[in-house]
Amino acid sequence: MSVTEESIKERVSPLPLPPKIRDILSKELLENAPGEAQMDEIITKVLEGYTNAGIEPCEPVGVVAAQSIGEPGTQMTMRTFHYAGVAEINVTLGLPRLIEILDARKNPSTPVMTVYLKDGVSKQRAQEVAWSIQKTTITDLGEIITDRSNRRITIELDEPALYERNLTLPDVIEKLETKLKVPIDVIGYTLILAPKETASKTTKEGEDAQKVVTLGALVQLGRNLKKVVIKGIESIPRVVIQRNDSEYVLYTQGTALKEALEVEGVDPTRTVSNHPGEICEVFGIEAARNSVINEIMATLREQGLNVNIKHIMLASDMMTCDGEVKQIGRHGLSGEKASILARAAFEVTVNHLIDAGMRGEVDELSGVTENVIVGQPIHLGTGDVHLVVKPQV
Amino acid sequence: MKQQVSAPKRIARINFGLISPQEYRNMSVTRIITADTYDDDGFPIDMGLMDPRLGVIDPGLRCKTCNGRAGECPGHFGHIELVAPCVHVGFAKQIRNLLRSTCRSCSRLLLEPIAKKEYREQIELLRGRGQTINSLVERVFSEASKVEVCPYCGEHQLKVVYEKPTKYHEIDSQLLPSDIRDRFERIPDEDITVFGMDPDNARPEWMILTVLPVPPVTVRPSITLQTGQRSEDDLTHKLVDIIRINQRFQENKEAGAPQLIIEDLWELLQYHVTTFLDNSVSGIPPARHRSGRPLKTLSQRLKGKEGRFRGSLSGKRVNFSGRTVISPDPNLSINEVGVPEAVASELTFTLKTVPRNIEELKEYVRRGPDNHPGANYVTRTDGHKVKISDINREELAETLECGWLVERHLKDGDIVLFNRQPSLHKMSIMAHEVKVMPGKTFRLNPAVCPPYNADFDGDEMNIHVQQTVEARAEAKILMRVQENILSPRFGGPIIGGIHDHITGMFLLTREKEIDKNSALDILRKTGVRDLPEPDHVVDYVPYWTGKQIFSQILPAGLNLEYCAEICRECDVCRKENCLYDAYVVITNGELLCGTIDEKSIGAFKGIVVNKIIREFGATAGAEFVDNMTNLAIRGIMYHGFSFGIDDEDIPEEAIRQIGEINKDGIDGKEGIAELIDQYERGELESLPGRSDKETLEMRIMRVLGGVREQTGDKAGLHLGIDNSAVAMAVSGARGSMLNLAQMAACVGQQSVRGERIQRGYLDRTLPHFKKDDFGAEAHGFVQASYKTGLTPTEYFFHAVGGREGLVDTAVRTSQSGYLQRRMVNALQDLEAQNDGTVRDTRGVIVQTMYGEDGIDSARGFGREHIQRIVKDVTGASE
Repeated sequence: MSVTEESIKERVSPLPLPPKIRDILSKELLENAPGEAQMDEIITKVLEGYTNAGIEPCEPVGVVAAQSIGEPGTQMTMRTFHYAGVAEINVTLGLPRLIEILDARKNPSTPVMTVYLKDGVSKQRAQEVAWSIQKTTITDLGEIITDRSNRRITIELDEPALYERNLTLPDVIEKLETKLKVPIDVIGYTLILAPKETASKTTKEGEDAQKVVTLGALVQLGRNLKKVVIKGIESIPRVVIQRNDSEYVLYTQGTALKEALEVEGVDPTRTVSNHPGEICEVFGIEAARNSVINEIMATLREQGLNVNIKHIMLASDMMTCDGEVKQIGRHGLSGEKASILARAAFEVTVNHLIDAGMRGEVDELSGVTENVIVGQPIHLGTGDVHLVVKPQV
Repeated sequence: MKQQVSAPKRIARINFGLISPQEYRNMSVTRIITADTYDDDGFPIDMGLMDPRLGVIDPGLRCKTCNGRAGECPGHFGHIELVAPCVHVGFAKQIRNLLRSTCRSCSRLLLEPIAKKEYREQIELLRGRGQTINSLVERVFSEASKVEVCPYCGEHQLKVVYEKPTKYHEIDSQLLPSDIRDRFERIPDEDITVFGMDPDNARPEWMILTVLPVPPVTVRPSITLQTGQRSEDDLTHKLVDIIRINQRFQENKEAGAPQLIIEDLWELLQYHVTTFLDNSVSGIPPARHRSGRPLKTLSQRLKGKEGRFRGSLSGKRVNFSGRTVISPDPNLSINEVGVPEAVASELTFTLKTVPRNIEELKEYVRRGPDNHPGANYVTRTDGHKVKISDINREELAETLECGWLVERHLKDGDIVLFNRQPSLHKMSIMAHEVKVMPGKTFRLNPAVCPPYNADFDGDEMNIHVQQTVEARAEAKILMRVQENILSPRFGGPIIGGIHDHITGMFLLTREKEIDKNSALDILRKTGVRDLPEPDHVVDYVPYWTGKQIFSQILPAGLNLEYCAEICRECDVCRKENCLYDAYVVITNGELLCGTIDEKSIGAFKGIVVNKIIREFGATAGAEFVDNMTNLAIRGIMYHGFSFGIDDEDIPEEAIRQIGEINKDGIDGKEGIAELIDQYERGELESLPGRSDKETLEMRIMRVLGGVREQTGDKAGLHLGIDNSAVAMAVSGARGSMLNLAQMAACVGQQSVRGERIQRGYLDRTLPHFKKDDFGAEAHGFVQASYKTGLTPTEYFFHAVGGREGLVDTAVRTSQSGYLQRRMVNALQDLEAQNDGTVRDTRGVIVQTMYGEDGIDSARGFGREHIQRIVKDVTGASE
């Protein structure tokens, strides 16, 4: 009997194995093409091996996972180092990064996006996309001269800079006009802006209210001018282009995943941010779960620590199983536990007890801490195995 | 047949609530009216704070309420009738919220009935799902407090101002606790539920205290000092204050004192009640002891690491435990622990006398407490406990009968738990077999150091003796060292050879000519008694190789093929013909080629250890580790191994070359002097996104890093594999080539936060340098080697760099400790179920299949296992 892909699939697919193992088994069977009897033997042995390697029921997998992540923490560095490959962008690494991820911080200290391109082969195309992501302000395009005596601001635009960023003069003028709401005089590549006139406060009696331009308004205009985003995404001050194998990849300092995905030329299927909270908002909770796993794994791997991905999956699943990314700690998982005693034993003891009294809450004593506190066996491990005796009547 | 059911009582659930004033009175055994504790004769005053009805603390006396002795009587509450109601600080915020969201005249919740109904339903829903109602209740309060006119009685609402911690104002007039209480009394039950409160267990008016419970004396025992003086507990002190003010208040009130005085006293009473409950409330000064120390009142007793919850309930001090310094003993099995005789005769295990063991136990009793395998106590059938002494031991042994309990000493083979703090993972507590030994330290096989993270520079460890056979059995099955060789963290062995074990194996397996005497001597400590056929015979004298000797401790049927730690990762691997003997092949339990080093038998890496446990079981694994360590130590002794200062000697020529490399790096064509020149001329091209200064620093660091590397390589050329330090570094036993290079050639750049040392004086690091000197020497580059010795400035910079490491470690331990605590707390309720799912103890499913494949990470099952099965099956039939 010949061994074909179909016949193997037929044999393997009904087996009670996880998909990954099933794939490996199919591949091995196809490569080695054993006979029918051998096939049976292999399958029996694989099933046996899988069963023997299975997790024991009642195993406290949570504690094992927590220890497996926590224990290497003592071996991690505290320092912030450069990103592997991109020397220009600083990324938090080591223990502070691990804490940051598990804390589910709203604002991570060094948000970074890795932007893949639909057509990443051409450097020029990559540069174009980079310019439409990186924030461009007027300071990048020319020189600003504040003319105090005439109460106006002159901008000497740099033509090559405009060209490089694929901007035209009318683009810039339009942006500035809509944002600043002041008239702009254009002389070649020189723009002249003057703030609106206001009624002078120090009008002498008898005179008409004189309209003047105050120095304050000029300074304010100057400040606002520098804030106007002419091109790109506001929260991304810098984009670095890097060649990874065969294609160009953009690394950004700062994240704005939602905006970046809409930029033309960006491959939305691969582009990621290192901020799980943001990924949760844009792609949903499943993606956030994977993001947490990937970020923790990357942090540990960078430190040369070897931790099985299962433990990180469990921590991540726990953080995301309610549909939002929750912190591991007082303001998240530990603070929302059902048991009053467990919460009281963790942090802010008194407040939890007082609130529980006020609300007339009930502690069902199902968890570990509660039962330790009242001095009963816990429902975990060997404490979760019961003997049921049926007395003979 | 009547069945004796010995089901211990279980607490099913705990219902929290507030206690009403009436309930306080009902549970009280006496009203407390006098602030004094004892009279002149030293007897407690009736209706005083030490009333004998509140319980007993003095041994010998009996409780007037329950007739129990000290220790039996749990104590009984008393009560104080407060002259005027006081706010309970813990509820101050809730009181504020309630005042703002209820009508000031009719006390109803200021929401339309429909809204109330909706909120009530949502609260029910969330409660049913087991989610918090915090945010919802928050919304009820914020919405209701915005209402200006009561929808029921039309009363115009006034703004309630809350002044921390316990004062409330409505416009200008203060809301007295009695007014608040009156209002709360009128809040209807159905409105209370909308606040998330439970009207049966927690009426809002109970948040204002009219009766204060007085905790039993057992809660606040007084201590008698050596002088005979009694020193009262902090709580008693506080209660004295409360009663005093309460009395004065009463007198003034009866005498019709002016309103101003009454208000003052009321405030003072409120202060004392507040600090009695919580002495760390912001806004008021904490109550202090006469000595100036703040009092430890109720909240302080519960809070924090040493508080009741974390310090006394979640973890306790235990009996049947010991602690002493540890020291190594390579002759012990990894499953054993050496226990000093003094410890073994103090720690006991209680056995019940039955016909089967009566003779044995009699012998223990006869030996008494001072002869080691003896016994310390017996408990007679009537429950009377007798201490065994030299005087009564013979007599007790004679009278010993079935049913008595004997507390016998710890003896060889007993299972005990062994632990070293910090207990970061489950391998920090493992079960060992006792081996009673002379001396005063706990002894353990150095191969079990890695899981405990122990060394022998004065570390202490703890021992715990379990008191039931069930517990011992469980420990033996689940916690024994051999069951924990494979770590679930990364699925590899965490127990294995360290330091000399690795060097020893490395040297042994490279040994080519070992005669019979030596071969047998090396194998002496292992269980192996036979030698294989000799490798070669010279002049009728048989010789064996080190590889053959190592093979003797491998189980038959072991097959392996991998690159050793010493592999140099050549472009083309020559496999069996490796020039460095770095390709390990083990076929049917025989080491055919390759050197055994860290990757084969080391802790954390140990491929051989890993394989043996997976294929031959934990017992074979433990046996292998035992044999391996013994063999390695014999091996290193056979070869001889030492390390001294002359091991770092390198030839004159090399020293000169190293000096030149250093000079080149600093003043040479591509040296940093040139870079600094360029920078000063402004010709240095800056890297994108970096300033000129940063670019200069980065480039200098790179050049100096290169210098260190080159000098190290130069020194390495002159230090061969026969150098002890190189052998250790290469085999992975200890140290690295970098350490060696620093000793022999050049220490290199010292850094703080990944940069050259910049701090110190204005524009320079030390007064020995010119200002704005960017040179190598001025910023912590150490040209010297540890052997030649550092110059004073170099030495200083070295200390600066070293300090950073120390600070880093100190900060890191506290941070990672907290992270660990949070992680464990968040994940501790998770458990793998029979159906392969992971659920918490309430039954909420977190994962539908553990780790997406249901495999235990310590065992593992993946591609390699399947490949092996396929290979075995298909290969076998060919």
